[in-house]
Amino acid sequence: MSKKIMLLQGNEACVEGALAAGMRFYAGYPITPSTEIAEISAEKLPKVGGKFIQMEDELASMGAVIGASLAGLKSMTATSGPGFSLKQENIGFACLTEVPCVVVNVQRGGPSTGLPTLPAQGDVMQTRWGTHGDHPIIVISPFSVREVYDMTIRAFNLSEKYRVPCILLMDEVVAHMRERVELPEKSSIDIINRKKIKPTILDYKPYMDYDGDCILPMANFGEGIPYHVTGLIHDISGSPSSDQKVTKTLLNRLMSKIYNNVADIIEYEKIYTEDAETVIVTFGTTARSVLRAVCLLRQEGLKIGLLRLKTIWPFAHMAIKELTQTPVKNLIVAEMNYGQLMETVKASAEGAFSVYGLNKYNGELITPQEVIDKVKEVAERA
Amino acid sequence: MRKELQKYFRNDKLPHIWCPGCGHGIITGAVIRAIDNLNLEQSKICIVSGIGCSSRAPGYMNFNTLHTTHGRALAFATGIKMANHDLKVIVLTGDGDCSAIGGNHFIHAARRNIDITTIVFNNSIYGMTSGQYSPMTPKGAFATTAPYGNIDRNFDLCKLGQSAGATYVARGTVYHVPQLIKLIEKALKHKGFSLIDVVDICPTYFGRRNKMGSPVIMMEKIREMSITAKTAAKLSPEELSGKIVIGEFCEEKAPEYTKEYNKIIKKAQGGNQNG
Repeated sequence: MSKKIMLLQGNEACVEGALAAGMRFYAGYPITPSTEIAEISAEKLPKVGGKFIQMEDELASMGAVIGASLAGLKSMTATSGPGFSLKQENIGFACLTEVPCVVVNVQRGGPSTGLPTLPAQGDVMQTRWGTHGDHPIIVISPFSVREVYDMTIRAFNLSEKYRVPCILLMDEVVAHMRERVELPEKSSIDIINRKKIKPTILDYKPYMDYDGDCILPMANFGEGIPYHVTGLIHDISGSPSSDQKVTKTLLNRLMSKIYNNVADIIEYEKIYTEDAETVIVTFGTTARSVLRAVCLLRQEGLKIGLLRLKTIWPFAHMAIKELTQTPVKNLIVAEMNYGQLMETVKASAEGAFSVYGLNKYNGELITPQEVIDKVKEVAERA
Repeated sequence: MRKELQKYFRNDKLPHIWCPGCGHGIITGAVIRAIDNLNLEQSKICIVSGIGCSSRAPGYMNFNTLHTTHGRALAFATGIKMANHDLKVIVLTGDGDCSAIGGNHFIHAARRNIDITTIVFNNSIYGMTSGQYSPMTPKGAFATTAPYGNIDRNFDLCKLGQSAGATYVARGTVYHVPQLIKLIEKALKHKGFSLIDVVDICPTYFGRRNKMGSPVIMMEKIREMSITAKTAAKLSPEELSGKIVIGEFCEEKAPEYTKEYNKIIKKAQGGNQNG
């Protein structure tokens, strides 16, 4: 079979990836700059026997996605800032009830209606703590159109594997930019499906940790095993409970299923960090400008490196720890916001490095020149 | 309760949380009896609820059950029905859950005519939070948040549902139980969005504050106030004041949403494969 080469927009690549991952349900509500994902899903899903529905609002879309996933279909929704805020209630429901689902957030300038057509990375903390209460979540962020494709598949895989909502954190630029993309052969794509119930289990307890790995087997509604799902704290049978031990055990398991598996979940890329004195930590579209700047600065002979976070949450503390084994003195956190990730990087660095922010929040991308200027400013200061 | 009906309950989850005299158990029992009378397959039934006293009912019922977020039951139910149209999807909701926080989902589910049966436990009050007024609290009634009397006008849920596009609409009460069971049976057999507004009692929070007397007196009051839809059709608006109109308001055949979507799938698959 010949390689599939396409000129794709990020939002198009997202739907292609979702379909390759097995998405068969999409519920959404129109919002810039994510709308193409809904439009393309509406066109393509019925072709593969899947279902698309435009719901009455963002809350309903998130609810429908969870319902469809419980009934056995891999489900996704896409939105942007204001819509992402509205989805938080039901994202929390999916976290607690452990229903796999993928939520794409194509970031635009905020707060509120903000800058609908312009890029930002201001939802970093909202993806982690947007819904109330302690909860597990996985957030991954692509920097190219091809990576949007790959990461959408990965978002489904992580969500199915860990029975947790996975947020694909894009931004307006990566969503609307077009690139030449070589798509992988379908047969070469790894697909992970939710853990099924072993036939030896006769009296199914939907929230029992059968395998001792904190990850529960899941029956789909309609498969013949009736059970209860509630957004209340629940015991292993799925019934509401306010017992202190039950509560603690449940929350610990929810967190453990993510934090016991950070080696599997967390991905990052390091470029020129071995001998670097300054490393720029970044993610998403901003990484494109940083990569260009790093290459130009290296040509000038400056010892600059790049740490690109592909997984945003859980945070890649190990990547920061690894840098303590190198000559790195300075970290510059480049992001299109007021410094949301920088605070976490600082905490992770535990004083081992000087941490600086390169922040832009006017609806424009950070340019390579701005990165270069910041690096030189830090070099002079140090 | 008849022995044959025990299988529909999660008996180990009883006793329930409802107050003595509450009507919710009567409605839950009516739903179970309607399901049993129709011989519906237990594992193919999915019962979805929102938040509130009524929304605790599915926890006691032995089906695929989903207790969702406040007002959102119909949104979740829509996803379930779209994903697997072989499932018989029933939404159990309260008056506040359905008509206030869930009002948008309610009118849009009705508009789509998706095959979901919605049963509203309408006791005119927010019971779980101990007695605040809902969009179904009658004007002039008292609630913890209407200490001087309620000035809000209440919805007629049946009219709202019907004008939004529901294709089977009826009202029953917790007093007229055999009729209620029949109405639920008809709603379950109906192909499309069906709504049953069930006039219910909350002796603890609505009854006490409005000095309505014991649950028995509240039930008798429902009997006194109820008239049939047929009788109501002959009465003037003045004569209808203070009456509960019970019975069927509409039963229409109209294209059902998931069936319409299946046609979309056929169209998409029969169209230009390269498109």
